[in-house]
Amino acid sequence: MARKDEGSRMKDETGIQLKRKKNKNRLIEVGAIIALVIVMAVLLPSVIPAFRLRLIGRFLSLAIVALGIDLIWGYTGLLSLGHGIFFALGGYALAMHLKLQIPEGQIPDFFTLYGVKELPWVWLPFHSFPITILALIIVPGIVAGLIGYLVFRNRIKGVYFSILTQAALLVFYNFFNGQQKIINGTNGLKTDTEKIFDLVVSSPNVQRTFYIITVILLVLIYLLCRWLTTGRFGRLLMAIRDDETRVRFSGYDPTGYKVLVFAISGTIAGIAGALYTVQTGIITPSIMQVAFSIEMVIWVAVGGRGTLIGAIIGTMLVRLAQTFLSESFPEIWLFFQGALFLIVVTVLPDGIVGWWTGYGWDKLRSLLGLKRSVVTYPSLAEDPEVQREIGEISENK
Amino acid sequence: MSTLVEGLFNGFSIGSVLLIAALGLAIVFGLMGVINLAHGELMMLGAYATFVVQNIFKPLGEPWFSLYIIVAIPVAFIVSATVGLILERGAIRFLYGRPLETLLATWGISLILRQFVRSVDWLLFISIGVFCLLFFGGMKLVKRRNDWLRIKNKVIALLLFLSGGIAIAFNSLLSSNSTLTKPWFSARNVDVTAPSWLRGGTDALGFQIPYARLFIIVLTIICLIGVYWFLQRSTWGLKIRAVTQNRTMSSCLGIPTDKVDALTFALGTGMAGVAGCAVSLLGSVGPNTGQNYIVDTFMVVVVGGVGNLLGTVLAAMGIGVLNYLIGSGTLALMLTNINAPQGALDLAFFFANSSMAKVMVFALIIVFLQIKPAGLFPQKGRTAEL
Repeated sequence: MARKDEGSRMKDETGIQLKRKKNKNRLIEVGAIIALVIVMAVLLPSVIPAFRLRLIGRFLSLAIVALGIDLIWGYTGLLSLGHGIFFALGGYALAMHLKLQIPEGQIPDFFTLYGVKELPWVWLPFHSFPITILALIIVPGIVAGLIGYLVFRNRIKGVYFSILTQAALLVFYNFFNGQQKIINGTNGLKTDTEKIFDLVVSSPNVQRTFYIITVILLVLIYLLCRWLTTGRFGRLLMAIRDDETRVRFSGYDPTGYKVLVFAISGTIAGIAGALYTVQTGIITPSIMQVAFSIEMVIWVAVGGRGTLIGAIIGTMLVRLAQTFLSESFPEIWLFFQGALFLIVVTVLPDGIVGWWTGYGWDKLRSLLGLKRSVVTYPSLAEDPEVQREIGEISENK
Repeated sequence: MSTLVEGLFNGFSIGSVLLIAALGLAIVFGLMGVINLAHGELMMLGAYATFVVQNIFKPLGEPWFSLYIIVAIPVAFIVSATVGLILERGAIRFLYGRPLETLLATWGISLILRQFVRSVDWLLFISIGVFCLLFFGGMKLVKRRNDWLRIKNKVIALLLFLSGGIAIAFNSLLSSNSTLTKPWFSARNVDVTAPSWLRGGTDALGFQIPYARLFIIVLTIICLIGVYWFLQRSTWGLKIRAVTQNRTMSSCLGIPTDKVDALTFALGTGMAGVAGCAVSLLGSVGPNTGQNYIVDTFMVVVVGGVGNLLGTVLAAMGIGVLNYLIGSGTLALMLTNINAPQGALDLAFFFANSSMAKVMVFALIIVFLQIKPAGLFPQKGRTAEL
């Protein structure tokens, strides 16, 4: 309805006015983002206790994954149930680097449990910090691109794609669980006691730095996703979502675009995984459990898919609810989560943000008496001609 | 030679578990394009139904107790099918044509079922009964009014709120009663004791064959024949096949598609119940039992192709045999015997445990899908996608 409203208004405005309005809107948005960053990154750390800050930092890094999922599900229509893979790959990359912050020639202590004398070759590149950062960005992207290429090449889509990503997730889970001699299997890698730049990772100052980095990266990735989804590329993604066959008939090859956007989404998940790991203190294969990856999807669904800000809001809300409920009523949490899946899918398919921009705002205004409640299209109901006729009809009665 | 026969047998026995679990899933997916993530949980319900039947038969003494499994199979079928029917009528039918949303909704159902089994007691049972009575009774009363359509949304909201509130109040009122709040199953795993004639095994082929495995293979074959007969020889089976091929056309010709949907979903979930009964013979049963089977059965459906029983059978057996041959190290052993090159040997030994076998099998499935993207027997014709 809001869209129709805008459409009718657009007729009366000239191009220059429109442009001015767009600029003004952009200015407001930039202002809001800067204000939010200042509040989150500067004010919040000095107000709330350190362990709560760590919690919020974790939520924010999960919001980054949600942005990546929104990019492929909300905009491209690919439901991935396997984002835990990329999340874990990023996390493991950083954790391996932290594990190697030991005197020259030594190897991480857990290796002695399995009788491994020499550092496995996989670990060697992670001695250097720049390569680690590069790896945690590139490796998840490459893995995602490869999986995406092998699947999309055959025009496998819809539910098949979701199931295959889930199977891939389980495969990676099994692989990481089974390889004690390479990455410590089920026990995972503990980062809390390790050092980064000669500072203990779990110390409050380092954690605060990680928190601020998370806030900044969240904003940067949000802007990246915005840039990707607003232009020509974004329109193409939405076209693939709405009717892939027609896109193909128009002369585009959707495969490349789908692989690319899936790889970008994987990269984003990898970055988020690294941030999440250092703020949790440990990474284990259990991060790749089936349930966690599906949860990521529900964050986006609650916030509203196809709206980037919705992904962030949804993640924060659901995680806060989870923390609260599982602290006080552990039994209810699963019921609540199950009900959340059902409700979001049946009653609230556009999520909170979609509902708000769709008709929630109008409904609120009409409740407050600021605006007439409109049953049909605004252009019809507010047309003076129509109003006059309605008046005549009621008079005749 | 005998290692190969043994490997094949064990592979078939894994495959038959997969097949019996995937059968219902494949039927539902073929007909409605719905992947039911709660399928594993419906298996779990079937397994718990078996457990309950066993406990009822226990006091009856020996000649009767050995027969409990015969009774448990139809009971498990009915329990799971009933729950499936409720789910279809209550949630899934609103989501047809939106397969991805259905996926999420069924995951929500599976979470609820898992927690339900953990925390169900008489009190919860009664509270749900009170809620249903108030809500659906109230709906029925209000539905008679002429302005029903106009006030529908408000009435639903009000009734939901009221009956929910009364049920919760009722719940907290009775929560001090300890007999009512004793959980039926609790979160711990429960054990189903196989009847005496299913314990032990035979040495017929030169290696140990457990009777329980044989029983599952026989049960799978019976189920397969039953489903085949139902789909090919009965009137409803004909209707199901018609809707699978072309929903719109069938609807035009007067086939009640929504009844067909409900029936098929009930049949598919009922098969899950039977599978749960079979699985309960292999080990202890817990709230998370269903999760162990879910992805493997999906792979069976993906490889088998949509709406073809033969494809499902071949896929289940193929995956089962491969899984066993790679996972148990039989393949590695065979390669050693024929003096295979060192690289192949190393590879075979690297994947020679059950979790790494899954990695290998998935890689093979991906390779397979490069050749046949729509499964073994893809649907043909204009309506077929891809």
